[in-house]
Amino acid sequence: MADNNFDAISKKLNNISRRDFMKFCTVMAASMGLPLEVAPQIAEAVTSPKRPPVIWLSGQGCTGCTESLLRPTHPSLEHLILDLISLDYNETLNVGAGHQAEEAMRQSIEANSKQFILVVEGAIPTRDGGVYCMVGGRPFMEIVRETADKAAAVIAIGSCASWGGIAAAEPNPTGATGAPEFLVGKPVVSIPGCPPNGYNFLSTVLHYLTFKKLPDLDAKGRPKFAYGRLIHENCERRPHFDAGRFATQFGDDGHRQGFCLYKLGCKGPQTYANCPSILFNEVGGGAWPVGTGHPCFGCTEQGVGFAMPLHEQADLKFITPAADHAPVTSDRGGGVSAAAAALIGAGVGVAAGAAAMTARRLAEADKNDDGGEAS
Amino acid sequence: MTARKPLGGEVLSKPFKILLAVALVGLLFIGKRFLFGIGSVSGMNDGYPWGIWIALDVVVGTAFACGGYSLAFLIYVFKKGEYSPLLRPALLTSLFGYTLAGFSVLVDLGRYWQAYNIVLPRYSNLHSVMFEVALCIACYVLVLWIEVTPAFLERFNKTELQARLNRVLFFFVAMGLLLPSMHQSSLGTLILMAGYKLSPLWRTGFLPMLFLLSAITMGYAVVIVESCFSSVGFRRPLEKELLEKISSFMPWVLLFYLLVRIEDVNLRGYLPLAFAGDSKGNLFLLENILLGLPMLLLFSPAYRKRRMILFLAAFSIMLGGALYRFNTYITGFDPGNGWHYFPTGPEIMVTFGFLAMELLGYLWLVRKLPILADLSRPARAGG
Amino acid sequence: MRIGRRDFLKMTATGGLALACAPTLAQGRPHHDLPPAAVGILYDATLCVGCQACMVACKQANEMEVEPGQGEPLWDAPRDLSARTLNIIKRYENGDGAVKDRAENGYSFVKRHCMHCLDPACVSACPVSALTKDPASGIVGYNEKACIGCRYCQVACPYNIPKFQWDSTTPKIVKCQLCSHLVAKGGISACCKVCPTGASLFGPVEGLLAEAKRRLHMEEGKSYDFPVASLASGQVQSHRAGRYLEHIYGENEAGGSQVLLLSGVPFTSLGLPELPEQSFVEVADGIQYAIYKGMVYPLVLLGGLIYIIRKRVSTTGPAQSGGEEGV
Repeated sequence: MADNNFDAISKKLNNISRRDFMKFCTVMAASMGLPLEVAPQIAEAVTSPKRPPVIWLSGQGCTGCTESLLRPTHPSLEHLILDLISLDYNETLNVGAGHQAEEAMRQSIEANSKQFILVVEGAIPTRDGGVYCMVGGRPFMEIVRETADKAAAVIAIGSCASWGGIAAAEPNPTGATGAPEFLVGKPVVSIPGCPPNGYNFLSTVLHYLTFKKLPDLDAKGRPKFAYGRLIHENCERRPHFDAGRFATQFGDDGHRQGFCLYKLGCKGPQTYANCPSILFNEVGGGAWPVGTGHPCFGCTEQGVGFAMPLHEQADLKFITPAADHAPVTSDRGGGVSAAAAALIGAGVGVAAGAAAMTARRLAEADKNDDGGEAS
Repeated sequence: MTARKPLGGEVLSKPFKILLAVALVGLLFIGKRFLFGIGSVSGMNDGYPWGIWIALDVVVGTAFACGGYSLAFLIYVFKKGEYSPLLRPALLTSLFGYTLAGFSVLVDLGRYWQAYNIVLPRYSNLHSVMFEVALCIACYVLVLWIEVTPAFLERFNKTELQARLNRVLFFFVAMGLLLPSMHQSSLGTLILMAGYKLSPLWRTGFLPMLFLLSAITMGYAVVIVESCFSSVGFRRPLEKELLEKISSFMPWVLLFYLLVRIEDVNLRGYLPLAFAGDSKGNLFLLENILLGLPMLLLFSPAYRKRRMILFLAAFSIMLGGALYRFNTYITGFDPGNGWHYFPTGPEIMVTFGFLAMELLGYLWLVRKLPILADLSRPARAGG
Repeated sequence: MRIGRRDFLKMTATGGLALACAPTLAQGRPHHDLPPAAVGILYDATLCVGCQACMVACKQANEMEVEPGQGEPLWDAPRDLSARTLNIIKRYENGDGAVKDRAENGYSFVKRHCMHCLDPACVSACPVSALTKDPASGIVGYNEKACIGCRYCQVACPYNIPKFQWDSTTPKIVKCQLCSHLVAKGGISACCKVCPTGASLFGPVEGLLAEAKRRLHMEEGKSYDFPVASLASGQVQSHRAGRYLEHIYGENEAGGSQVLLLSGVPFTSLGLPELPEQSFVEVADGIQYAIYKGMVYPLVLLGGLIYIIRKRVSTTGPAQSGGEEGV
């Protein structure tokens, strides 16, 4: 990257060293499962002055996703991120408010039409004309549709924006809908989770900035690098599952020893996410629900999170071998049933009886013969 | 020419009704097999893919049905026409034995609806022993039906048709001698493919010959046993002289069989296994004793004159031959790796059911068709 | 009595002839050679760590159901190959099972599936050619459209590989087909693709034999490169060579097979039967050919029988000819 660009950034960010910056880019590359060689490319894109802005709309949500973005514990990075992605509008983080803020957003949208990234946080209520979420006097659903039409890419952050989340839990009185379902026909990237790990969002955005295209997405529009595997397939407690070691009650022996939480209702087997790999809040190992001893409740998955009871046992999508092995030889088959034995006995009896009776009659005929009569 | 006439009398006798009940229960379980799969009724498994439906119904059953075959040799090849009175009853037994063995196969086949594949040139595997056995048995069933047709024609007085059939009957009789020779010996070759899974007490290159010989001896034994049951059951005199004659050469055949059987095991060095005291050894001994004892009895002319001895000897030969075949297919077969097999109750009921159907068919037709000799008109002088 | 003896002599003559023929009948027919593009698997028990990834991959690639075995339905834990399991890892254990690949007080793994024999008993046995050996790759495949479900293949296979769907109304025979659907597209079998240590190695059989021989010449304890996934993959793993039994199982057993095994413990302990070089197929088929080749003997016999039956008899008194009189 050009020296003067980096210098400008570095000054803004408490004079972050070049080395630390590269480290950050490398971490971003690694979290996306990309080869480390792309780190310089990421660095290049991030420091380019021609990066597109991000418009962040908040709907029926708790703002947890925004908070999650702020949690990475490096203050310099917080600024780095917000500055680097040129967050032009975010209700939580805006300095201004009211009509001026709205006007600023409209100008940004006009100036960067078809170039900006739209991020949607929170669900979009659709019932009764969308009155259940009004922003600046207008229904949120109108704002989303209008803005999405002009965006280059749409990202739905959090489960609520991805598929409705907690707002859409039975009986869904407000008609809360996720952005992909609402913006039919427009490609929407989903970063579900409640909240999702901030890095899942960051990596996606940086991928776009660097390579001018979105990372590989699955059928639900979720980046595969983060949502490509079940929690069950990445969990550090999986060996306990395979070996049949389960906690059956909170606080029991198994629970204390960190055994698998499947029997307590862990939805890991049905939930696609990378929580066990990248954890949360950068406080070290075990910083995710299962690691702390609570079963996963499937916050990223529609139909699982906020739908299935917390302690209901999950369905296993892929059933894999247990930790033990079959012995070379095992006894199978055979076993004499009472019915079989009885029938055989009966059959033998009938045959023997018939033979005995016939033999006796024939013996009589023989005896008659001896008495002189042919027969 | 032997005059024959239907036995007449009440078909629905008490034994008939009991057999009917057994057959119905068998049919019920056959229905279950078709609705829910073979595993829902039988105890067969991947270690023992063949159970009593093959070993008893087909392998032993067809041997029991070799009465017609064995008699045909005497009557048509050795020209001993005096045995004719015994032929039709034996053919009837053969007919039902083989036809029901065929039905047993259809019940046992997993993909029975594709059974016709065996005659399609696209699929036929001429190298396969099973192919030859299956086609042979299928053809033989047809031949048997044709050989029994004269009885039907006689009953319905179709003399014209009868005469026409008689002109070509020689061909079917010849086939009726060729086909069982082929498939009965091939039944032996069939199990030889099992290789080491078959115990060395039974595994030998002589299996085809031994199976053929056992079929022939069992055929004669069945003729005797069947005549005795008929005589006692229907209260008719026994064709003692004919049976005496048959039993005169049976012991020679048995002697030859036992010599080959036992010397073969000995030459291969496995005779000590027979005395090991385990189930296989004991069954080997039993099977040969059941053949050896009657052989010794039948060597004596005086014993051959006794009806009771004839019957018991023949019965023992039937059991011995059946046990030989059963041992070759089930008890001598051990796939290793912890597999066991024992038939289930429903499986046994299916076998009993088929056996009952065989007896029912025989009992019915013997009364309705001219099968048994007409005793009111002596066929020829002497006898 | 005279008649009895004559008949006996007739029988002895034919029987003696059969006796004389029997030894030659059993000689069988010639060995089969490797097909031109024969592919197979080399399984090295000393490299296998029992991870069972090959079992998972196999089930996924072939869309097989799981088999809970005796336990709760949380795992796929078959005890043996079955209609739902084409490939299984089993464990041999002796005594305290402390040392890997040692027969006494040791343990070892073994991978069982179809051996894709060079002279497959199942192919010869099947009356409707439902099991066929691909003329190029040598893979023994199954065609359910031909199969009649007679299960003769199960009786014939010396390794007890083909399994049957006992509980189905439309049962099939089930066995490993070396992922022929993947091989046809230029891929390799799923089990080898996923094996992390290279214990399960795919490749042309000649190459695998050479690789196996190379391993038998390795010095125990020294580090060598072992190919992973397939001989052509280019991937290698470095391992220390274990102690091998000086025998490549499958090179000659029952005429040879395209799946080969190497082990540190006796193969019989791993459930692999000790088999002679001449397959039982050869023996049984040899007899069949001798008797039925070209249907010559049967037709001759038929001709003879027809002649005898039609011949009018004049000598033996009350006997009648069979031809005109009928049955």
